[in-house]
Amino acid sequence: MYWRETMRQMEDIGLGSFLIVFLISIFIGAVTAVQFAYQLTGFTIPRYYVGYIVRDMTLIEMAPTITCLVLAGKVGSNIAAEIGGMQQKEHVAAMEIMGVNTSSFLVLPRLLACMLMIPVLVCMASFFSMIGAYLGSVPTGMFTGDEFVRGLRAFFDSHHVVMMLVKAFVFGIVLCMVSCYQGYYVKTGSVELGKSSTQAVVISNILILVSDYLIAMVLT
Amino acid sequence: MIRTEHVKKSFDDKQVLKGLNLTFYDGKTNLIIGRSGAGKTVLLKILVGLMAPTAGKVWYGEREFTALSKKELRAIRMEVGMLFQGSALFDSMTVEENIRFPMDMFSNKSTKEKQMRVDYCLERVELSGVNKKFPSEISGGMQKRVGIARSIVLEPKYLFCDEPNSGLDPKTSLVIDKLISSITKENNITTVINTHDMNSVMEIGENIALLHEGNVVWTGDKSEVLTTDNETLENFIFASPFLLKLRDSFVKK
Ligand SMILES: Nc1ncnc2c1ncn2[C@@H]1O[C@H](COP(=O)(O)OP(=O)(O)OP(=O)(O)O)[C@@H](O)[C@H]1O
Ligand SMILES: [Mg+2]
Repeated sequence: MYWRETMRQMEDIGLGSFLIVFLISIFIGAVTAVQFAYQLTGFTIPRYYVGYIVRDMTLIEMAPTITCLVLAGKVGSNIAAEIGGMQQKEHVAAMEIMGVNTSSFLVLPRLLACMLMIPVLVCMASFFSMIGAYLGSVPTGMFTGDEFVRGLRAFFDSHHVVMMLVKAFVFGIVLCMVSCYQGYYVKTGSVELGKSSTQAVVISNILILVSDYLIAMVLT
Repeated sequence: MIRTEHVKKSFDDKQVLKGLNLTFYDGKTNLIIGRSGAGKTVLLKILVGLMAPTAGKVWYGEREFTALSKKELRAIRMEVGMLFQGSALFDSMTVEENIRFPMDMFSNKSTKEKQMRVDYCLERVELSGVNKKFPSEISGGMQKRVGIARSIVLEPKYLFCDEPNSGLDPKTSLVIDKLISSITKENNITTVINTHDMNSVMEIGENIALLHEGNVVWTGDKSEVLTTDNETLENFIFASPFLLKLRDSFVKK
């Protein structure tokens, strides 16, 4: 039963968020490329550096952080509202009466799903961002595709990928736990349900940014 | 058998239950009656351990329920079924999945055995054929019956029902009352029912306790209700002048 619930959550969180992650990544990538190309005009920096900067920006910051902030809005509010609704409609009490350990039954599958699926989504996000960067800058003639790809492959440091995965993993845990907590301890009434789902998003966002800073301090 | 011993409950400085000594018997429909706000739901939640009493003890047979650890509590809950006031069916699952849920969590029966048990329980509540429907697609009375089916699927020894017939028409109420009553008899279950429905009281009341301002002010069975001279009970059951008149003419004969 735990297994089936985990699969359901993985499908919800993973597949369900694919489209939005895809869309924002393409645009974030494109904007990053265009902005940097603009900032660097006039300097005597080789143009292929744009690809290099886009790659590192994406890996270290854009893909994990922006994706997780958006996911906190989508997945986090969903988790809080779902668990909160179950609490208010006495579904949680009903499970408790059946002898189910509700805190673990409601939290564990979601936590597992977030820990697995959010890093996957972030990897996809970085991939799509780079495609977005290419599409946003090369066809408009800012530089050639060769230059861009050369930039993407320059000075590669695998440590940045590790950093991206660590961030994704931590942010996933943070947004899941915050949202589960907000849902589980909801008070009665639909106003409170709305509040707890908003709180889930706001608090996750703040904690994601705080932990982003901490991880940056520790890992660089 | 379930027993309460001086059970008290207060919220802040408001005393809701003021020391209840009650016994609920096996194979009987035990009723807790009382006006809205009398503390029936609070008492039921204490009986099943969803709330802790401020003072006092609850005994399940020889086991002191209120002293159990969380783990022991979960174990004893395998023997408990509960029907909630709002049915509390899981709305993302079909009727069939709802009823199967306790088995999926706790029993290692084969899929086929589970299916047979689900079908039996549905048949028992006279609802065969709605297996694949979602709770939102069936009526309130049907939801109650699915709730009952779900609460008996693991063959509980104790069954609790919080207002099983609130919001239902008298006929449907009666069907549900009869159902709970016959399940109680068949399996010799200890059933505790919260109600303020006087039809239920007169139909299935075997061991009735009247709750009033935090105390039990009357206990008895349905035959004693008609002839009572307890004023609180009289006020509660025969709430309208019409019913009082009806009672008077009935008792005189
Ligand atoms: N969680 C709580 N916090 C504070 N007060 C509560 C709480 N639960 C119940 N009460 C109070 O306890 C009293 C009894 O409530 P309860 O729900 O048990 O009534 P009831 O007899 O079930 O009424 P009804 O027939 O309307 O369901 C009420 O006055 C209510 O305000
Ligand atoms: Mg109540």
